Formats: sequence, C-alpha cells, structure tokens
Amino acid sequence: MAETLLFNALREAIDEEMGRDETVFVLGEDVGQYGGSYKVTKDLYDKYGEFRVLDTPIAENSFTGMAVGAAMTGLRPIIEGMNMGFLLLAFNQIANNAGMLRYTSGGNFKIPMVIRGPGGVGRQLGAEHSQRLEAYFQAVPGLKIVACSTPYNAKGLLKSAIRDDNPVLFFEHVLLYNLKEDLPNHEYLVPLDKAEIVRPGKDVTILTYSRMRHHVTQAVKGLVAKGFDPEVIDLISLKPLDFETIGASIKKTHRVIVVEECMRTGGIGAEIIASINDRFFDELDAPVLRLSSQDIPTPYNGKLESLTIVQPKQIEAAVENMLALKV
Amino acid sequence: MVQERTLPQFQAPAASISSEEGLRLYEDMILGRFFEDKCAEMYYRGKMFGFVHLYNGQEAVSSGVIKSMRPDDYVCSTYRDHVHALSAGVPAKNVMAELFGKETGCSRGRGGSMHLFSGEHNLLGGFAFIGEGIPVALGAAFQTHYRRVALGDASADQVTACFFGDGTTNNGQFFECLNMAALWKLPILFVVENNKWAIGMAHERATSQPEIYKKASVFGMPGYEVDGMDVMAVRSIAQEAVARARAGEGPTLIECLTYRFRGHSLADPDELRSKAEKEEWLARDPIKRFEAYLLEQNLADEATLKGVRDRIQTTIDDALTFAEESPEPSPDDLYKYIFADS
Repeated sequence: MAETLLFNALREAIDEEMGRDETVFVLGEDVGQYGGSYKVTKDLYDKYGEFRVLDTPIAENSFTGMAVGAAMTGLRPIIEGMNMGFLLLAFNQIANNAGMLRYTSGGNFKIPMVIRGPGGVGRQLGAEHSQRLEAYFQAVPGLKIVACSTPYNAKGLLKSAIRDDNPVLFFEHVLLYNLKEDLPNHEYLVPLDKAEIVRPGKDVTILTYSRMRHHVTQAVKGLVAKGFDPEVIDLISLKPLDFETIGASIKKTHRVIVVEECMRTGGIGAEIIASINDRFFDELDAPVLRLSSQDIPTPYNGKLESLTIVQPKQIEAAVENMLALKV
Repeated sequence: MVQERTLPQFQAPAASISSEEGLRLYEDMILGRFFEDKCAEMYYRGKMFGFVHLYNGQEAVSSGVIKSMRPDDYVCSTYRDHVHALSAGVPAKNVMAELFGKETGCSRGRGGSMHLFSGEHNLLGGFAFIGEGIPVALGAAFQTHYRRVALGDASADQVTACFFGDGTTNNGQFFECLNMAALWKLPILFVVENNKWAIGMAHERATSQPEIYKKASVFGMPGYEVDGMDVMAVRSIAQEAVARARAGEGPTLIECLTYRFRGHSLADPDELRSKAEKEEWLARDPIKRFEAYLLEQNLADEATLKGVRDRIQTTIDDALTFAEESPEPSPDDLYKYIFADS
C-alpha cells in the first residue's frame, strides 16, 4: 500500500495504460512539457515523447475532432480538457462525432477515447472556470459519463475508461486533486457502470457523486451521532446510471435524497428522480428530495459561492427533516 | 455579377496517362454522374428523403484526387459525399441502399445521404456540419504519423484526403487544422471544392480573400489553384501532393475551382445563380472535356467510351434494384450501434 494523492493516482493510471498499450496517447493544452495544469501528466512527456504526450495549440474543437479521427483509425486518445468548461468549445465534436458517429456509421467505426479533466465549482475561480457541466452532456447518445471521487476509484476508473471501446467523459473535481489515500500496490480496475456503496444503512438512500460525496460523508457523521442510519451511494457512473444498485437501496430504505453539485434545472438529479418515479414509485414512502446547486453562474465572491453549492449542514438538516416525518 | 476568376491553365502533356488509367478515371466520373442523376430521379419520385446534395459538375475533383490515392489511404468528406464514397470504392449498391435507408446501406440505414461511412474502404464520413470533418481527417493523418514517428512503423505511409467547400474556409476549424497539420507535417491533402456558392451565399460576399489557395502560405504549406473542371489538372496536383505527404513532407492545400450543376440540395430553389453563370460553367462540363481529351489523344475511341457508359448504366440499375429489394433495419435493432459493445 502506498499513500497517493488523487492527481497522482490519475497519473499512475495513464502511465500504466500507456505502458501496456502503445496506441494510448494523451493530447491537450500544456499536457506535455508543462506536465498538465494539475500535474496529472507530469514527466510523461519525458518518458513517452512528444507525440504520445502531445501539446496541442489552443483549439479545443479541432483537437477534440482530431482525437475522434485518431480513435476511428486505431489509436486510443486521452484528451485533457485543461478545464472542463473549455469543452463547451468542443461541444460539436463531442456530441456529433464522439457520441453519435458509431451509430450514424451503422457500427462501421468505434471511438475509443477518454475526455478527462478538472470540473466542478472550485475556490473563487469565477463563473467560466467553475461549471457544472455534466448535465449538458447527459443527453448526448453514445457517451459514457463517469465522475471519480477518491484516489482509489480515480485510478481504477480511469484505467477502465482508457480500455473502454467507447467515448468516456471522465469528470475530475478541481478540489479533490489533493485527496490522499492508500492505494494497493497491485493493478486493479474499477467498472465504469457500477455505483459505489459508500456507507450501508437502512433509513434513507443518499445518492451523490464527485465532491458532494465528501459533503455527504461529513453530514452523515452528524446524522449517525443523532441515531440515524443513512445509506450513501456514490453514483460514479452518470451515464448509464446504475439503477440496479439504486433500486436495491430504495427497496430497503424507501426514501431517497439526491445531493449533487449539478444545477437544479435539467440536472443529473432531475433525470434520476424522473427515472426513480418510472421504475420504483411503488417503493417510495416519500417524494424524492433533491439538493442541487443554484441555477446561477458561479459567483466569484466566496460567501456567495458557498451559497451556490450544497453544504453539509443543509444535507444533515434535509435528512433529519425527512426522517422526522417517518411513520 | 462578380468578375469570374480566370481558371488556371493546364496543358496535360501528351501520353501523360495510359489508356487504361484514362478509362479508369472516365469510368469513375461517369459512375459519379449517373449515380447522382438517378438520385435526383428517385428523390423527385418520392423514394429518397431528407437533404440530398448532388455532386454533378464536380466529378473531376473526386476522381482526380481519390483515384490518385491507394485503397488503404483515407478519405473524409462532407454532406456532399455520395461521389467521394464511390471514388473511394464503396459499391454503388451500398451507397444507394443507404440513401433508401436500408439495412444493406453502407451505414446500415442509420446515416443517410450526409453520413456515408465505410470502415472497409477507409471512408471516414459523411459530415453534415460545416468544417467538422476536417479535424477528423486530421486525426486519421495524425494516426499515420503517430505509427510512423512515435511507434517506428516504417510501413505507416497512408495519406488522408479531406474534402470541403469554399464556405468552410471561413470557419475556424479550417485554420486551426491547417496550423496543426503544418506544425506536425501530417500526411494530409486539404481539398477545397470551390463551387462559388455556400447554399445562397456567394463566395466573394463571405470571404475577404477569395483566393483560398493563398491561405496556405500563412502556414508555410504549399497551396495550389487548380481548374477543378479538368480531371487531368486535378490529378496532376493530387499526385504531387500525395507523393509529398507519403514521403513525410507534410500537407498541401488544393483549391479546385469547380461548379455544381444543380442547386445546393434537391430542396434548393436555386434562385440566385444567374443563367449566364450556369451556362458558362456547364460549357466546362468535366466529363465532356475529358471525353474530348481521351479521343484527341487516341486513348479511347467512341465505342469504348460508350461501352463504359453502358456498363455503368447497368451498375446503377443493379444498385437501384438492390436498394429497392433490400430489407429495412429491424425495429428490434433500434438501439444497436449506440455503443461498441451493442
């Protein structure tokens, strides 16, 4: 076991996969000589050379499309979006080509590529660098969407994403890069489509992902001290959602709270609630509750920024209220 | 009307092409022309749907470029892609079946007119939005370069031809990709089919520098202006560019001055192009011109050319029968092909 920071866990995943498969390469802005803005590709340029760790000009849509073409013809690109917000500039290539091209080509081509990078609300980075974009992409057919949350799952998920034959959008959270955890010394993979049960419990199902997992974990400490027993599920896969794990939990707890950093309107939570109503309505003892970010551009001011996203105290209070009404 | 650009002169040297090669080009151009004429007929008879953009008039470009390449080279097209697919070797019956939405279509009926693909023939698409195919083509060229340079595979010498229109050259991706191609010396041909019109937008009204080939110089890339109605002229420049790309010497921008004989799509009322302009270009029909060249150079006689036309007519008739008789995709397969494991 070795204590590893999350950004280094990602780096190890890329290094190991580049070592085992010479068709794997990294491209993006400042990924090479500079080593990545968050050092996820540190030293890989020296190890693998300028074409396997390719510094691109600032041309997001074009280098994303270039990765699509490389993937169609036999390579396995990993794009680093220096900030996931920049990927809005590449939306056409991500949606029309990475996502849909396998289908429109009638299965002629596969697009094994990973688009990864820092997202989420950071610390006073301003609106454009602090976005909650996952919902923008969930409507695109053909994309898989994954959000890592710990050094352990970051490494195992990224390795699986690189090996997957489909385009995977891989969300990292800018405020989680320095999380530390002991990682196994042996190689391991984490499946892309399975939710992770963070804490088993019987009173209520809390569905969350990415950084909110840690806010939930904090809230749960207080709840447990007060005698509650919540089940916490880290969704990991935002597309497809793991309704097997979600359903099994609802059949046990009959109550659900979704905690997300995503915006409320048209968010991941909105989709989850609609799907739970479709699939498990008869199991519910209460309406599903949703704690989401505010529908505003992320403000620069620190106080306003913290009011934008869900805080542990709000989670604690919401669960308490819901369980207080339990008959 | 804007002053017509003077077409660059090209004198094909005598005996610069064999009879066999000449007939191969001729056959490809006839295939493109007859195929598209049949599409128009089928569209107006209500058997083909959607946006259908025909290639009539531009055949010298597709045949001149793609027939100068190898079967393992890559071709990347636009929404006006039927003839590029045919030149790349996709059988006419599979292209026709795709336009009929059939399971036997080259994209299994899921793509349609603007999304023709063939993995087997290295046809990378069929892209409906302006400019989005350019980066994809760049990626294929990067892949060749990567195998050659990063992985040391000396056999990796495939060339990619990327086709697009004059309107696209005002789009950011055109410039971004020319920059990257030149920067990394990628084996790619950027082939502009300047047919003067982006739907109803005249080229001169949309661009501050109408001579597109000159834009190559900014990137230190060779840029050529070619008479796109002369297959011998296109072929000559394409062969040179392909050789340069294959030798690892990087990209070329080729501006082919051409014209579409029909509207932007079959849904276009085509009200803006003047009769005089159309007539001027119709007189330059690349097929008639090449026929005259083949006859003048004694590379073929009229009977041989007729034989080619008859054979292609049969190919088109067979393609139509095949398309009409082919099954539609099964409703059970609605979700097939979303993911690589489905």
